Amino acid sequence: MSRAADVTARALITLLAFTAIAILASICVFLVQSAMKSMGEVGLLSMLKGTSWYPTSDPAEFGFLPSELGSFWVTLVALLLSVPLGVAAAVYLSEFARPVVKEFGKTIIEFMAAVPSVVFGLIGLYIVVPLIKTSFHLDSGLTGLSAGLIVGIVCLPTIISISEDALRSVPDDLRRGSLALGSTRWQTAVKIILPAASSGIFAAVMLGLGRAIGETMVVLMLAGNAGILPSSPFMAARTLTGTIAQETGEVMHGGLHYSALFTMGLVLFAWTFVINLFADVILDRQKKKWS
Amino acid sequence: MSKATSPRVRSLLRREAVARIITGAALALVVAVVFAIFGYIIYRGAGSISWEFIFGSPKDRMTQGGIWPAIAGTLWLVGLTALFSLPVGIATGIYLSEFSNGSPFARFLHVAIANMAGIPSVIYGLFGYAAFSIALGFQKSILAMGLTLACVTLPVVITSTEEALKQLPMELRRASLALGATKWRTTYRIVVPTALPGIITGAILGLSRAAGETAPILFTGVAFFAATPTSVTQPSMALPYHLYIMATQPTVPAPKIVWGTALVLVGMLSIISALAATWRSRRRRKLTW
Repeated sequence: MSRAADVTARALITLLAFTAIAILASICVFLVQSAMKSMGEVGLLSMLKGTSWYPTSDPAEFGFLPSELGSFWVTLVALLLSVPLGVAAAVYLSEFARPVVKEFGKTIIEFMAAVPSVVFGLIGLYIVVPLIKTSFHLDSGLTGLSAGLIVGIVCLPTIISISEDALRSVPDDLRRGSLALGSTRWQTAVKIILPAASSGIFAAVMLGLGRAIGETMVVLMLAGNAGILPSSPFMAARTLTGTIAQETGEVMHGGLHYSALFTMGLVLFAWTFVINLFADVILDRQKKKWS
Repeated sequence: MSKATSPRVRSLLRREAVARIITGAALALVVAVVFAIFGYIIYRGAGSISWEFIFGSPKDRMTQGGIWPAIAGTLWLVGLTALFSLPVGIATGIYLSEFSNGSPFARFLHVAIANMAGIPSVIYGLFGYAAFSIALGFQKSILAMGLTLACVTLPVVITSTEEALKQLPMELRRASLALGATKWRTTYRIVVPTALPGIITGAILGLSRAAGETAPILFTGVAFFAATPTSVTQPSMALPYHLYIMATQPTVPAPKIVWGTALVLVGMLSIISALAATWRSRRRRKLTW
């Protein structure tokens, strides 16, 4: 009786464990299937390199470049803000902070991670957008820069907590050894701990990058979503995520525009997949190195 | 500093002090941003909160009245998401921690889950639309949205369950097995109940993330306006989408509604996560291995 229950439960749990794989596989299948039409009729390469996105004109044009460039600027601004700030905060948390400060800082960062991105978008709309508009004398504050700054804030919890994990996973023997030889804490941090944790910090940056490329609501609310090719972050921009979010709800199911949006989704998926896989491999290696 | 310190040592100590200040300032800045965000939401939103705002329906082309249909919609979505993602997620976490024994399949599953967690939420929206709304014929409905959000939440639930189970000491399992219990009996009578606080906290954190997601429900059934839901086949309103659509309305901006909604959403999520986190740390202190 008990053995039969054991076998059944084990089988059931193993079966349920396949669900995650099945979902991931169906995401690929559905994206590819819906993207087929546009890839056949327009061609993947000509979409990737096309400079204009006029999906509703006649003849329609499905160039991804405006969105790709927009994603590039937003992500660049986001990482320029979040990487130095996040890694510095992680170094303080792991190397300098007293236990009380550490506990407090980590709790606050957990709270930050729980704030929905649409709320960050709202804050950006009321605070960052007017600020960017007046400080750079622009006609509109809805720019890649405004979106990038807020996306950078959204990425911070990811970058801080994973960098901090990486720093903390460096064995204390290394710290003690360095301090015993007379190094200051800062020398230890820069010459010993940071190099030892470098691959983990790199993975944190990669995951932040994935988060920034994939961020949707903030960009939809703040980037301006213009169709032009943005030559600087001071211009209105649209991103891959923003274009998909804005247009998929309105297009006819099964049409060429619909299919082109799925191709865009597939490109985005491929990018984040590669980035995450890379980060995962690095993190795994780091874990093995110190255990 | 004693007289004996050489200029070199002094310069090193000065450098250390500067580094401490710079990295400390980075952390202080991050913390200040979080406080500023919460403070600003409370400052702008507190005036909107009233009985009528929470339990009333929108009026006058959404510029007046309350947000109850959006709150109810979000509660329905969270309920469905829990229904779909918790059994599968917890079972998968149990499999990974207790039954997989580091098999190649488990390694593959880990990679897949890490990747699922990193997929942009708007991709889940596309997938949910193509798979649940169109292919399975659920159209734009609470059901389609709940299934989509369950996919988003699944990796969080799996990872936190696995972490919670792995923290238990091996002796607990060995003792039970030595008394003659089967592996499964050990798991459901000993391992899972002991790790339950961690599992539940992880589930709550995953579900509160689902409650705040906007992009996955954009195409699968969220409505600008809908009555309080009565069945899962209807479209419905949701708090994060209501916030988005009210904040970006070109014609009639209604800041009172926008900030009130933001406060309700953030307040709900923060209170729930704070309670879950406190409960977990209390339980942790009680149990020592």
